[in-house]
Amino acid sequence: MKALVFERSLPRFAAARVASALTAGGGARVGPLRLADVEPPALPGPGWHRLRPRLAGICGSDLATVDGQSSRWFEPVVSFPFVPGHEVVGDLDDGSRAVLEPVLACAARGIDPACAACARGDTGSCERIAFGCLQPGLQTGYCADTGGGWSGGLVAHESQLHPVPDGMSDQAAVMVEPAACAVHAVQNAGIADGDTVVVLGAGTLGLCAVAAVRHLARPGALIAGAKHPEQRRLARALGAGTVAAPSEVRRSVRRQTQSLAMDGQLTGGADVVIDCVGSESSLRESLAVVRPRGAVVLVGMPGPVNVDLTPLWQREVRLVGSYAYRHATFATAFELVAAAGLERLVSALYPLEEWRDAIDHAVHAGPRGAVKIAFDLRPRPGAASGRRAELGPRSGETAGTAPGGDGDPASGRRAGLGPRSGETAGTAPGGDGDPASGRRAGLGPRSGETA
Amino acid sequence: MSRPGFVLDVDRSTPPMLFWHGEKFRLERLPEGSRVVYPPEPVEALADPDAAIRHALLNPVGDSAPLPALLKAGMRLTICFDDVSLPLPPMRRPDVRQRVIEAVLDLAADAGVDDVVLIAALALHRRMTEAELRHALGDRVYDAFAPFGQLTQLDAEDPDAMLHLGTTDQGEDVEISKRAATSDLIVYVNINLVAMDGGHKSVATGLASYRSLKHHHNVATMLQSRSFMDQHRSELHSSNWRMGRHIAASGIKVFQIETTLNTDTFPEHFAFLQRREWEWGPKDRATFLAVSRSLDRTPARLARSIFHGIRSPHQMASVQAGEVEAVHALTTENLYRQQLVEVSGQTDVLTMGLPYISPYNVNSIMNPILVACLGLGYFFNLYRGKPLVREGGVLILRHPTPWAFHPVHHPSYIDFFEEVLAETTDPVKIEADFEERFATDPWYIHLYRTSYAYHGVHPFYMWYWCAHALSHLGGVIVVGGDVKAVRRMGFKPASTLQDALEMASDVVGRDPSITYLHAPPLLLADVR
Repeated sequence: MKALVFERSLPRFAAARVASALTAGGGARVGPLRLADVEPPALPGPGWHRLRPRLAGICGSDLATVDGQSSRWFEPVVSFPFVPGHEVVGDLDDGSRAVLEPVLACAARGIDPACAACARGDTGSCERIAFGCLQPGLQTGYCADTGGGWSGGLVAHESQLHPVPDGMSDQAAVMVEPAACAVHAVQNAGIADGDTVVVLGAGTLGLCAVAAVRHLARPGALIAGAKHPEQRRLARALGAGTVAAPSEVRRSVRRQTQSLAMDGQLTGGADVVIDCVGSESSLRESLAVVRPRGAVVLVGMPGPVNVDLTPLWQREVRLVGSYAYRHATFATAFELVAAAGLERLVSALYPLEEWRDAIDHAVHAGPRGAVKIAFDLRPRPGAASGRRAELGPRSGETAGTAPGGDGDPASGRRAGLGPRSGETAGTAPGGDGDPASGRRAGLGPRSGETA
Repeated sequence: MSRPGFVLDVDRSTPPMLFWHGEKFRLERLPEGSRVVYPPEPVEALADPDAAIRHALLNPVGDSAPLPALLKAGMRLTICFDDVSLPLPPMRRPDVRQRVIEAVLDLAADAGVDDVVLIAALALHRRMTEAELRHALGDRVYDAFAPFGQLTQLDAEDPDAMLHLGTTDQGEDVEISKRAATSDLIVYVNINLVAMDGGHKSVATGLASYRSLKHHHNVATMLQSRSFMDQHRSELHSSNWRMGRHIAASGIKVFQIETTLNTDTFPEHFAFLQRREWEWGPKDRATFLAVSRSLDRTPARLARSIFHGIRSPHQMASVQAGEVEAVHALTTENLYRQQLVEVSGQTDVLTMGLPYISPYNVNSIMNPILVACLGLGYFFNLYRGKPLVREGGVLILRHPTPWAFHPVHHPSYIDFFEEVLAETTDPVKIEADFEERFATDPWYIHLYRTSYAYHGVHPFYMWYWCAHALSHLGGVIVVGGDVKAVRRMGFKPASTLQDALEMASDVVGRDPSITYLHAPPLLLADVR
């Protein structure tokens, strides 16, 4: 089967770092990621299933990996070669669809008794992610044994699978995993009724966070920092009361909280800041706009940063990391995706063969008016795999169906893609059922986004 | 003898018209059949202004004793004066305020009055700098009062400095400066550049707090004011008159001094600005070309600095003193006499070039909100009777409208522009949804009180000034403005006047009547 494989190759890793320093996404051309024919991963044991991805999203953390920009922190919890892709909706052998919960926690690793975190359902904090019956890997998509979403098939433990309701489209289902991250972040934030909440970044995570705050909390004010016009439009549509350009966020927070200011430094600020960018500048901005004893929830993957923590110390700010989710988070995430219509965030679908274009689009999603870019791995008519017969479109699933392709959204797929770089987002021909067609796209990477 | 203003009908022989364009000028050829409304030439100045002032103080109008009879040893005297927003541009020294206040102080000294305080009547405007105060009052007055804390500027947010005098019969709160309200006499020194200034508005607005101002600085009042230059058709004035009468009924005595200036607005090197184009001589043409071309090459900041350095040769044309309403009636007559231009009928399209200055950007940046206010709030309202442009007509402004703000003077304007106007341009919705929050924002209040910032609510008032025009017009087009800034305000941008006229035809039809308001110098269109 075809898969995008990330291999351990120091020269290629170094080349990716250099190339991406010159151009974001440059690591896709010279780095360790390549398209290859590989054997499907073997089932590690009982309770494991084959999952054939239908759609697999490109996440900001994936882009950081492709560009060689990920923190070395992950080295002990990753095993090579791995197939990236952890935002996955796929088909099981019984013909049902499932969303993957990618964390490879104690249950998947055959560890019994489970660690303390898993025992309390906090699988995202599993203490055994490098142990048990699998090679190290904090998630599917970073583990050599499981395969990943950017391929024709992976293996998933039953503890990782969440059935997709019949009425839910693939586009909606592929948003469940990032939505779960946002739900988890909001649950971590401890937002009290009437709080002023700021969400920095309006990529996939940022927009999901805006929706999650609106869905799960009752803030007095919700301010979103969004850079690009489509991001601003979506942030407002998803419930942000105020949408400000990155350079205007501080002024907005000051005005909203009626804070005073000293040389641009606020004396008060927001009760909660959810940083969905994770860059140096977003962390600085988070610390600049949070009130004394407020909370900064770090959702975007940061990597090494150089930030003055004096305000954190002097103002007794809580800096809270928010990685992944609990197992139970997914139920809420499914609700959120449906309630907020988050499938609208899926801007363009690419076949695996066009992975370089897909990654380029994902890297430049914001300026190109896109949000979530995903690989479309559903069978195409006439494809030799023979999977077509067993994997027809689901009832109630309309968004993935392109006209003229007898129900197969992959047909005529270039025509259904979102805008190329330099193009303005607009209606693409051929695919009124394809979310990429006619969609004005939105946003991008989880890490490495600019606020 | 100065020539009156008049209306020119444009024909083939009419030369291109001079348009202001912020700190620049543009020549525009108007379509045949267009009308140009020219201001009158400046009226004669008073030959001896100091003598005229003294005469006015000794011979008051209305029910008022001469000023010397009102001054007694041991009394509390408060002299209030208009702030930096008048006159425009700032006048050459000596400023008329200096002349008047020196005369009043001489009389007060003769009467043995010791307790004298001067108050700059800021209302919610920014505080004046020392240089601006020295320019307005003269060094002698400044040095005699400022070091002793007797030259003050209204702080309408200091609860200890304001006094609530109750409400009018319409329930309007009247809250003014406590020092003024508890004085035995208030002497108010006005500069009346346009008919809107002065009268009861001087004390009831200039010395008032937000609590009081919000009763007439609001959208409903602005929509009921047709026009601000005609007090009898202006709800803004009606409210101020009610408050002024309430103040008088509270036992507060006001001796009003109003002055008018002639429209000799620009110095000799800008003389072409005050001449009619077909009368330009070789010197005017050469000066225009030299000035215009060099300004086109001058960075905006430097050009701004050059223009704000202009000191106008305005001269005093009249002075009257005494009881507020009687004084203001005379002042209004004098202003009408020197500014009115009879215009027959309304126009489909009104066009105007906006200059670099408005009342609220003296020594500052003319930000987009002030551009809108100058065009739609002030110039649109330079009429008596009916607006120059018909209902549903189009207003074409010319101004670069830069997306630029003075961070010290206009902090709340930045937020208003970036947040409020991004949400809505509807004055009613803006007033309902945003005003209170800006008006009570402690940071804006802090900056108003301690820095040189306009009050947090001030940009709202600027937008409210536009309300009448916004409801009256079928469209607003800005020629040569920053496209994003223009669109943010809900207006349409155009590159050239021709483009703008073409765009206007979508609203007013293919063969519209066009009128160009050739100002400044200021005029008042008497539309019949």
